[in-house]
Amino acid sequence: MKRLAHTTALVLAVAASAVLSAQQQIRTAKQMPFPKNPDWAKLEVETIPVQGQLRLIAGAGGNIAAQVGADGVLLVDTGYEQMSGKVIAALKQMTTGTLRIIINTTLMDSHTGGNAILIKEGRLNQAGPGLGQRPNEADLIGHSQLLALMTEIGREKIVPERWPPSVYSGKQKDLYSNDEPVVILHVDNAVTSGDSMVWFRKSDVVAAGEIFNNASFPYIDVAHGGTINGILEGLNTLLDIMVPKHNQEGGTMVIPGYGRIGDEHDVLEYRDMLTIIRDRVQAAIDKKMTLAQIKAMKPSATYEYEPRYNRDPAWTAEMFVDAIYRNLAGVRP
Amino acid sequence: MSGLGRAALIGAFLLAATFAASAPAAAQVDFTGVWNSNTNAEDGPERAAGPSLVEFLGLPINDQARQWGLAYRPGRLSLTEHQCQVHVVHYIHRGPFGARVWEERDPVTYQLIAIHEAINTYEQHRVIWMDGRPHPSPNAAHTWMGFSTGVWQGNMLTITTTHIKQGWYRRENVPSSDEATTIEHWVRNGNVWTHISVTEDPNFLTEPLIKSEDFTLNPNPNNFNPFWPCEYIEEGERPRGQVPHYLPGENPWIAEYAATHNLPQEVTLGGAEQMYPEYRSRLKTLPVAVFKDPNAAPPATAPPAAAPAGGRGAAPPGGRGGGRGGRGQ
Repeated sequence: MKRLAHTTALVLAVAASAVLSAQQQIRTAKQMPFPKNPDWAKLEVETIPVQGQLRLIAGAGGNIAAQVGADGVLLVDTGYEQMSGKVIAALKQMTTGTLRIIINTTLMDSHTGGNAILIKEGRLNQAGPGLGQRPNEADLIGHSQLLALMTEIGREKIVPERWPPSVYSGKQKDLYSNDEPVVILHVDNAVTSGDSMVWFRKSDVVAAGEIFNNASFPYIDVAHGGTINGILEGLNTLLDIMVPKHNQEGGTMVIPGYGRIGDEHDVLEYRDMLTIIRDRVQAAIDKKMTLAQIKAMKPSATYEYEPRYNRDPAWTAEMFVDAIYRNLAGVRP
Repeated sequence: MSGLGRAALIGAFLLAATFAASAPAAAQVDFTGVWNSNTNAEDGPERAAGPSLVEFLGLPINDQARQWGLAYRPGRLSLTEHQCQVHVVHYIHRGPFGARVWEERDPVTYQLIAIHEAINTYEQHRVIWMDGRPHPSPNAAHTWMGFSTGVWQGNMLTITTTHIKQGWYRRENVPSSDEATTIEHWVRNGNVWTHISVTEDPNFLTEPLIKSEDFTLNPNPNNFNPFWPCEYIEEGERPRGQVPHYLPGENPWIAEYAATHNLPQEVTLGGAEQMYPEYRSRLKTLPVAVFKDPNAAPPATAPPAAAPAGGRGAAPPGGRGGGRGGRGQ
């Protein structure tokens, strides 16, 4: 009798809970990858204030960070070319200021596709020529390795108007924009060999590029110099410069290359995950396991993280492990 | 409260909520005041010493959450960035809990705008918006307490919370994801506040996790210490970027809790089936776990041990990795 009552009570609880759940339509949204072959006309961009002078423009491909102030606009990345019109419209909604500077964090079309259109939308100076007697349009900055990758890939695939005319070499480049220091940090051999993160020191925001992708395992472009250890170095650098405000929350905020806004704890959990996965693949390599054997491991090296991060059919957990193996085992693409 | 009584109570409340949901929200209850937890109640172990390693019993977790917990090494919480990590909203009501609740009303219309809950564990302050505002964008940041909106269902306050950070369902080693959603039901009977939560998680739970706790109204409104400062310290040297964890199959402590309590190994690994009474019959058929302490000295006459082969019996150097339980609350 007791068992029956217990069962009945539990069933009632679960049934009622299920009904309540159905009534409550509000759910934490899943972080989903950018759609493949989308109907561009139906896509919209969304603008969200981050903090200080920084805003996130989401929905144009990779995330775009916009620093908006008295001097005008500084953008980090430009999204897909097909979304440029909507990005420009979003900028005009948020300010009447002029687009002055664009910084590219990585090679991907989802981050650099809008370069050519957005450059022409801006002006570096109020009047006269642009930098180095170039046309007076927005300046476009990237690491010298990024330019090298674009030229190597060739003008047939990436038009020269997308190439950054202003490059920096070495570990970092400093700017001053909208009354705040802006530090561009090069992260060697991360997603590619030409990656950068952009640190807005007064707003206390970092645009991390694809080194931190809040919706998937990070893309590793092995053919263009990408490595798991480079990505981990980038994430550890992020943890070094980020300072939480109170009990591991808030403070320095991060705009990931894709996905929702985060703080240090989000970067921390992501770093932990990638370190653990890297260590598992390395341990398997140390045991002389082949790539096929590593991919066949049960549980897989990425097992517990797959429900959250293995949602992009263009970059699966298996592809991710494959890239890590090639990095760590020294297999050239 | 017995398990039977608790289950019946939860069932009754949730069923009542189901039928009340479509009714106009006429009645409202005032939760204003200072509330204290009833320690040594149903959640006593989680309020004090904390769970053991691999103590996942009764949680409707999936295989991925189980794997996360088996790879967990307590030294991970000694990393500076983890030391001030806060209990997420669906767990924090099981901490050493004290709360002050107050209302925020429009000064002109006296309409209820929000209910505030200050929680003394890690100085948390959550706002439960009662003004019908929407939840934030999927691209917005997440927090320990998440973003909460409430509605009255008869005399019960029902709260939906989204945008919660990654945390845990059982302290430290049973993970919750940042895509969990928690629905709470607050019920007041005199000086007792019954708190019921139903959490769904597409990444780590196979069924909703339903929990309940009771809190008692403290008659002294000044008896609330909101301060819980946390400052990290360096706990030993380690290479930059190192994250303590066990490789698959190399956690030597998996059987410790089970064997210590004469339990089968399976029951300590959790799973939704353990929430139902039918599981008792299966439990009787399972053998009790056997634990071999990896730190135990070998018998004097034993032959030299073979090199560890990476199996479950292989003890990692340095013991459990930076302490047993991580934190004492």
